[in-house]
Amino acid sequence: MANLDIVKPENLVYTKTKVLTDNVMHYCPGCGHGTAHRIIAEVIDEMGIQDKTIGVSPVGCSVLAYNYFDVDFQEAAHGRAPAVATAIKRLNPDCFVFTYQGDGDLAAIGTAETIHAANRGENITMVFINNGIYGMTGGQMAPTTLVGMKSATTPYGRRVDLNGYPLRITELLATLPGTYYVTRQSVHTPANVRKAKAAIRKAFENQKLQKGLSFVEICSSCNSGWKMTPVQANKWMEENMFPNYPLGDIKVDGKLCENITADRLVLDHPLTVVNK
Amino acid sequence: MAKELKLMKGNEAIARAMIASGTDGYFGYPITPQSEVMETLMAEKPWETTGMVVLQAESELASINMVYGGAATGKKVATSSSSPGISLMQEGLTYLAGAEIPCVIMNAMRGGPGLGTIQPAQSDYFQSVKGGGHGDYQLYTIAPSSVQEMYDFVFDAWDIAFKYRNPVLILTDGAIGQCMEKCYTRDFIPRWTEEERRQHAPWGTWGKPANRSHNIITSLELESSRQEVFNQKLQAKYREMEEKEVRFEALNCEDADYIFVAYGTSARICMKSMELARAKGLKVGLLRLITLYPFPKKQIAELAKKVKGMLCVEMSAGQMIEDVKLAANCSIPIEHYGRFGGIIPSPEEVLEAMEKEIVK
Repeated sequence: MANLDIVKPENLVYTKTKVLTDNVMHYCPGCGHGTAHRIIAEVIDEMGIQDKTIGVSPVGCSVLAYNYFDVDFQEAAHGRAPAVATAIKRLNPDCFVFTYQGDGDLAAIGTAETIHAANRGENITMVFINNGIYGMTGGQMAPTTLVGMKSATTPYGRRVDLNGYPLRITELLATLPGTYYVTRQSVHTPANVRKAKAAIRKAFENQKLQKGLSFVEICSSCNSGWKMTPVQANKWMEENMFPNYPLGDIKVDGKLCENITADRLVLDHPLTVVNK
Repeated sequence: MAKELKLMKGNEAIARAMIASGTDGYFGYPITPQSEVMETLMAEKPWETTGMVVLQAESELASINMVYGGAATGKKVATSSSSPGISLMQEGLTYLAGAEIPCVIMNAMRGGPGLGTIQPAQSDYFQSVKGGGHGDYQLYTIAPSSVQEMYDFVFDAWDIAFKYRNPVLILTDGAIGQCMEKCYTRDFIPRWTEEERRQHAPWGTWGKPANRSHNIITSLELESSRQEVFNQKLQAKYREMEEKEVRFEALNCEDADYIFVAYGTSARICMKSMELARAKGLKVGLLRLITLYPFPKKQIAELAKKVKGMLCVEMSAGQMIEDVKLAANCSIPIEHYGRFGGIIPSPEEVLEAMEKEIVK
């Protein structure tokens, strides 16, 4: 029996959501962006809000996100997506508005817009892809680059005395009363994809409550920028990124989670990576 | 609100005109000498009457990008600032022009460079009409010279912005923003209904219905050949504006031997200088520029054939004069007179400059 014989509607267990277009993604094989896009699109599809959703893409690897989501989309200037999304939501309060930004966009050039949108408690969803590097520009140091981590602009590793500390903006945002839901997820294993999708769903559902900003960090590998194979990159991420950027909910329904102690919020001495 | 005659500041006129013209949103950041715009809006609470959204942003960078986000949903969104704040907005302005988003921005110019002074100036002419931000783009730039025009030009600005899908800059200065004059207000135009918004802005990101493809607002095009075609389209739009949307006022130009060329506060001063000149028997006229982009090139070229000389008056070191000389092809004597750093010239010194530099 040829394989084609079993391709029938009754045998179909999974299909691409209609909220993703048929455009071929430009992302590198092994990158987390495609998976992150898919789970956001699936949530939009499952909630039946395709006709009410407006996305905002950043400058960086996901600058072309609008080519992949079949919803109305705006491409913002570098770092300004939270300001752009603020006005979209204020003027269209019945719409679901989300930003999709990388670490350079959200936590370096756009820090002010990020913090103030969160502090105003804008009823939007922010999805933050943290891969510790500027991917699109060619692997330069990001605000989230780990201490000791090599990049195109830290060829001998990030030095605290020269470059300062990795910025854990997600923990910082959790301390603001304007954030209602703050979590850090990953999409490097099927189990994590399911958890991340549940977080995205919650972040979109929260927009109906009008209680503040929902923020989902997705810790993602950048095997091209890190100069590793996809498998090596995922392993490296588990060993080095997660100790600095622990996965899990930080703030739910406007309250810090029980396990989020002061020590957990403030990591005095970031771990140093030396194997890269 | 029905038509009324009121005494108000120029900045207040901008705010009241925004409410009356059916503006959907204002996003601003305080800066002297135009903070009364947002103060008036906040005091008026238009969200309770017309439904207009007013929000104080964390910076001019944020406020211009809020304009981008809100206006890209096809709504009427505006901001205002003064010179240093407008400098910060240049990134947003080039993105707005590049993504063809209609919106209205008011600049109440103050003296520069740098933090400069909070007193009036007209030294942002180059920034306003020669780009300011990167890339080949133009802002439709209109210069009121009275409180009444501050009010009226907001209405005109919305028409132009949506007709051409282009940002409109109302370029004024601290003097007109701060001075109080009588102003006729207009009947309120209701904010657009949902249907009207979709009709005026079919390109807007207002939520993709099943019967159309998704709308994308972007200024990015990685394929150079397509970017060039897009730029040609923008240039064609600008040529159309130059053809159809030039505005100016020619006062006593018919029999004039000499004319002043000025806009905004300087034009108001030149009106008095012109009266003084006429009283002395000098046949002096005034070409008051209303649009700075598109620039009244043809009108200046025509006048240059008739008059013996022109004095450009601008509260700057001499910026607009470059365009006047180009338009006149330097065929007659054209000189600049200006004070700057926040100093406003007197009608007498302007006339003296005319006599010394042009009449001789």
